[in-house]
Amino acid sequence: MPSLFVLANPKRFLDLSGAVLPWLAAATVLALGAGLTLGWRAPPDYQQGDSVKIMFLHVPAAWTAMMGYGLIAVCALFSLVWRHPLADVAAKAAAPMGAAFTFLGLVTGSLWGKPMWGAWWVWDARLTSFLLLLFLYLGLIALRNAIEEETRAARACAILALVGAANLPIIEFSVDWWTTLHQGESIFRAGGPTISAVFLWPLASMGIGYTLLFLTLWTIRIRTEIIERRARSLLLESAA
Amino acid sequence: MSIAAITVTNLTGIRGQRVLFRGLSFRVAAGQALSLEGPNGAGKTSLLRMIAGFLPSAAGTIALGETSEAEERGRLIGWLGHHDGAKPQLTPREVLTFFAQLYRAEADVAGALAAVGLASLADLPCQYLSAGQKKRLALARLKLSGRAVWLLDEPLAALDADGKKRCGEIIQAHCLYGGIAIAATHEPLGIACERLVLT
Amino acid sequence: MIALVLRDTRLATRAGGSAVLALAFFAAVATLVPLGVGADLRLLARVAAGVLWVAAVLAALLSLDRLFQSDFDDGSLDLIALSPLSLEAIATAKIAAHWLTTGLPLTLLSPLLGLMFGLPPQAIGVLALSLLIGTPSVSALGAIGAALTLSIRRGGLILPLLVLPLLVPAVIFGAGAVQAALDGLSNGALLLLAAFSVAVTCVSPFATAACVRLNLAG
Repeated sequence: MPSLFVLANPKRFLDLSGAVLPWLAAATVLALGAGLTLGWRAPPDYQQGDSVKIMFLHVPAAWTAMMGYGLIAVCALFSLVWRHPLADVAAKAAAPMGAAFTFLGLVTGSLWGKPMWGAWWVWDARLTSFLLLLFLYLGLIALRNAIEEETRAARACAILALVGAANLPIIEFSVDWWTTLHQGESIFRAGGPTISAVFLWPLASMGIGYTLLFLTLWTIRIRTEIIERRARSLLLESAA
Repeated sequence: MSIAAITVTNLTGIRGQRVLFRGLSFRVAAGQALSLEGPNGAGKTSLLRMIAGFLPSAAGTIALGETSEAEERGRLIGWLGHHDGAKPQLTPREVLTFFAQLYRAEADVAGALAAVGLASLADLPCQYLSAGQKKRLALARLKLSGRAVWLLDEPLAALDADGKKRCGEIIQAHCLYGGIAIAATHEPLGIACERLVLT
Repeated sequence: MIALVLRDTRLATRAGGSAVLALAFFAAVATLVPLGVGADLRLLARVAAGVLWVAAVLAALLSLDRLFQSDFDDGSLDLIALSPLSLEAIATAKIAAHWLTTGLPLTLLSPLLGLMFGLPPQAIGVLALSLLIGTPSVSALGAIGAALTLSIRRGGLILPLLVLPLLVPAVIFGAGAVQAALDGLSNGALLLLAAFSVAVTCVSPFATAACVRLNLAG
């Protein structure tokens, strides 16, 4: 715990993150570049042809979206229980990004689905859970924007994030249960359990790339938020 | 149950981004009334809400007798706020009976209504009462609460001359019996009290 | 605590209260759907489970934004918060009162609507039972949403967005139970629904109280 509070001082965070950021960005570009190249070079699947390669865009987006919500829940915990000063800022910065990745996951999932099932949307367990995750994100963003006072907005969103995080496994379970009720086995198996090595490398690389992308953008957004708040308080002080 | 004194030590109050007061200290002993004065926005309501335990303070302590924890303090307080808390569909008698039950206090509803001059309107739904009459109802409710410490926010607002007189008498009687009262007000309460001015 | 439950119930059932509103909305939606999809009773029976459950959830949600708001606006919430009751007890009382004036009446009306949708008797029974078990979770989760949106001016609009995703398990299990009864199967839906309802109702007062505490500071 103490080590995380090293980052509690906004100025120290700005200094540290400023130093780390270029490396993060470079690593992101490398990972994404490697992933895309490997993905492009991979042979087509005998069942799905080239369209299986959308998986390289879709699956990492899915992982990142879920990871995003997990991170927000952790920030919420830090904010409420340990009163970590930057936790609110981090959660606020992460929510729109998580929503964007979820949206990306839904769109790529839909694009992947069209050649496979002939429909732009199916009520598959994974896609439906995803849609609900998007709503959870939108709820967080809406609540944050609707409450005017900043500290109150931060705490309310923290409570909502924790309630959502606790509920999310139940929601996923219920959607899974619902699919077995109506459609039988889920037809959306990203590569399935026997994913061959030639697909594994690009997938892993894209996964790392997306995560790094999330972290890079997140760091940038947190920095921006800290600087904005500082500017605002300086303005208020000079006016008073 | 009476309290020896309200002790406020080194209190700093922040509202939004504004610092309302810093290092505020005062003491109100049993049997005393305090009139809290100051311009609008000075922080009178915020101070009352802090004492009541609704609003956390940025620094300093507040103690009611021995109790300093926020929600425990709340159990010792009778509150009269800006708004009258009178549901339009309920009658004064129903409002007072409910709060007496909620506060597990004595149920001399008729007596409380008589003391504020609302006896004749006891069974009329509150939507038909005037603002001054609802304020009297709030006073009656305060009287019924049986709490030792009274916090009043603009108690004289909307009251006519008779109402203000009754209000002063009720607060005075409360203090005479060993209670404490702090009232944020723009006009004189008409009773003997200490004054604290926030700027 | 009973005093608070009774008072809220009385407020909701008097003129201008919310109990009748929920029933009317439920009936209205249940009437609109056949107008939209056609009067084929076989089709209606197949969609009845889902439609009626969704309609019930929406009807129960209607009055949620008023759960704390009206007491907050007229200063009663301050007074109630200062009573000997803890905020958690107050939250529980409010949830109970809300269920008594929305969930329970909706459950009682549901057999009639089930008939209108051509459901056979044992499915109607399961419908009523599922609503009885499931609607407390709507009140419980809704209370968290109501407490979160207390200080927002048009909070009533954002409340459904916050609460509906959280209620998905209730709708899935509730409607699933009715569907199973219709198909003559048995799945564990009612048990899952009961587990969800109990879990949510136990946890909600704490989350709700935390949100109310947050908003009392204003």
